Amino acid sequence: MRILGILVCVTTGAMLIWASGEFPPWGDPNSPASLHVSPRYIEKTMEETSVPNAVTSVLADYRGYDTMFETTVIFAAGVSCFMLLRLFSGRERSFQHYRHILTGLTLRVRRKGKELPELEEFEPMDSLWTPYDLILRTLCRFLLPFIQLFALYVIAHGHHSPGGGFQGGVILGASMIFLAISQDMRSALRRIRERTLAIFSVAGVATYAGTGTLCLLLGSNFLDYGALSRIFPVDPVGARSLGIFFVEVGVGIAVMATMIVIYHNLASEGFLDEGL
Amino acid sequence: MIWQLDLLILTLVVICGIGSLMIKDLLGAAILFGAYSFMMCVLWAVMGAVDVALTEASVGAGVSTVFFVATVFHTTRRTKD
Repeated sequence: MRILGILVCVTTGAMLIWASGEFPPWGDPNSPASLHVSPRYIEKTMEETSVPNAVTSVLADYRGYDTMFETTVIFAAGVSCFMLLRLFSGRERSFQHYRHILTGLTLRVRRKGKELPELEEFEPMDSLWTPYDLILRTLCRFLLPFIQLFALYVIAHGHHSPGGGFQGGVILGASMIFLAISQDMRSALRRIRERTLAIFSVAGVATYAGTGTLCLLLGSNFLDYGALSRIFPVDPVGARSLGIFFVEVGVGIAVMATMIVIYHNLASEGFLDEGL
Repeated sequence: MIWQLDLLILTLVVICGIGSLMIKDLLGAAILFGAYSFMMCVLWAVMGAVDVALTEASVGAGVSTVFFVATVFHTTRRTKD
């Protein structure tokens, strides 16, 4: 069986490599892909959407319908991770570790379906607890705002430079995952709660679809951002750039929330109390 | 790009790809897959697809490696096959 698998892999790989010899050379202006619609995008992007980065305008404007469902796919991935992994109320870990803050004494409390009291002298602790590291925690706290600022820059500057909603959203989500790894999952969940994350991931997709519907209500086609010039003080070309921005923000919010939801559920086996 | 460097990165891509399939240690496989993604990101950037390179760097090399590590953390570290 193993040999058969390797044989199939090698044959398919050899055929793929053999077929790639027929491809047009890299960067060939006469290749079929660069003859059909690419010249139109490259020539008209600036005058139609006033977005210098042609990739962003194709992604969010010319192919906006595509991107909307890509966002929906990401949202569906988050929802399915949540449904598969999350353990709902009544299912808790059978024990919980506590640390006495003044003495450093560790207690292991077995819970039998009862709610544990919250005491000021004790703090909940991960069962795989690593010692408090001042350098690591302080460095992470210093680094976090810069990561988040960079993520916002990537989202907002996607019109002019590489980037956009997907990349910025992932970086923004990664910053919260970073917080969950460097501190613990409880403090990360205190910053942004599970319910907030769920609302965010829906709100992101709704922002995208809502922008499209707004254009529909203003008398244009779905996701035809030129119609936005009727309610915003911009000309139709600027309105398309503005519409792209709204959409990118929606994508960013949805992707950020989804990434954090997936991480929390994966790392805590669905208990959402302690992770890596 | 200098073709020697290009060839080196392509070789590393192949090595990382095969290595992450072959290796018995799942954590090592996750790290190798992250390295593979990063090499691919460099290749995209060289070919001028900067948007794809940024996506590959943030999704492929960044977040998915974290997801893999978080998952390996809750299973056995060595594969059976």
